[in-house]
Amino acid sequence: MEIKKTAIAGTLESSDIQVTVSKGNDGIKIDLTSDVKERFGKNIVKTIEEIVNKFGIENINIKAVDQGALDCVIKARTITAIQRSLGTSEEPDWEVL
Amino acid sequence: MTFKKDRLRRTMMFVPGNNAGMLKDAGIYGADSIMFDLEDSVSLAEKDSARNLVYEALTTVDYGDAELVVRTNGLDTDFFEADVKAMVKAGIDVIRIPKTENAGMVKEMEDLVIAAEKQFGIPVGQTHLMAAIESAEGVLNVPEIAKASDRMIGVALSAEDYTTDLQTHRYPDGKELEFARNMIINAARAAGIAAFDTVYTDVDNTQGLINETEYIHELGYDGKSVINPRQIPVINKVFAPTKAQIENAKNVITAIENARLAGSGVIAMGGQMVDRPVALRAERVMKLAKASGLVDKGGHYIGK
Repeated sequence: MEIKKTAIAGTLESSDIQVTVSKGNDGIKIDLTSDVKERFGKNIVKTIEEIVNKFGIENINIKAVDQGALDCVIKARTITAIQRSLGTSEEPDWEVL
Repeated sequence: MTFKKDRLRRTMMFVPGNNAGMLKDAGIYGADSIMFDLEDSVSLAEKDSARNLVYEALTTVDYGDAELVVRTNGLDTDFFEADVKAMVKAGIDVIRIPKTENAGMVKEMEDLVIAAEKQFGIPVGQTHLMAAIESAEGVLNVPEIAKASDRMIGVALSAEDYTTDLQTHRYPDGKELEFARNMIINAARAAGIAAFDTVYTDVDNTQGLINETEYIHELGYDGKSVINPRQIPVINKVFAPTKAQIENAKNVITAIENARLAGSGVIAMGGQMVDRPVALRAERVMKLAKASGLVDKGGHYIGK
């Protein structure tokens, strides 16, 4: 599966995370901004990577701006951004959810 | 999520589906039912985002004893099918059908729910339904809507759309809603399901909320929809039984128990016969008293 176009999901409100995905050509690259990066950065990146892997995407650039999001929010926003990029929002891959 | 058809539903709190912070906190306010909204509180561009967020929240966050409800987009929208599939897959307790106008719409929703339950290996029948009545057509058809499916757990009045449809608006005295409220409560009781009143939108007017809640409580409603958690304790207080009601209910239950132990079919209390309606009312009073923290486990009054 390849990312074709840039897509964004989530907001910059508290407890949310804004995830932007775009075409990549060098594996899964995640650029994370978070006030809790030192403590939770690895976990946040891992959560995002798991979703990317579930979609079977090998090359992708992701920019994530975290405002203290829970795991379920990180997952949801990543899924939405990828679905938007793939154009599958209304016919989701139910295996990924 | 543990579904109980016969449960207290004093408050049903609306939570905008795309708000991460509110979704996270929705369980802490003590609402009997939490209604995650994918419809009117979510902009067209964010429908997919809200659906995914509610899905992940439902499968992760522990909302305690609250009944979990989701309001999907309407049957005439492009979002409806994916909404229903995702929510059924997440194991939602109840799907709230917006703008319900006839029994056919309930059937249409039910068919889709059955298909989704089969697709995702959810036990068929686990997902329940309720209908929001938002138009004159819906009010006139509410008796058939309430009985349209065994999955139905309740009908709710949604007054904003309804008053627009009637070509009026909401008045403080609620006279414009009188017919709809009476239709809905009677249809609900005839079908053996719950009746929910509309939201009280003037969040800062506590006395207005108390007056309206007392009125719908008198009509027989199970509870009200709420848009702000601050309204929950106010409504619960109106539904809380008095000390005298609790003591009377406890006496009724004791009399029933004594008659059972004595092997007597006829139950008397203070010279009065205790029949089925009296017994049912006593059970409901005790349930409300427990939920309001007015009795201990043994049913003894501990209120102020």
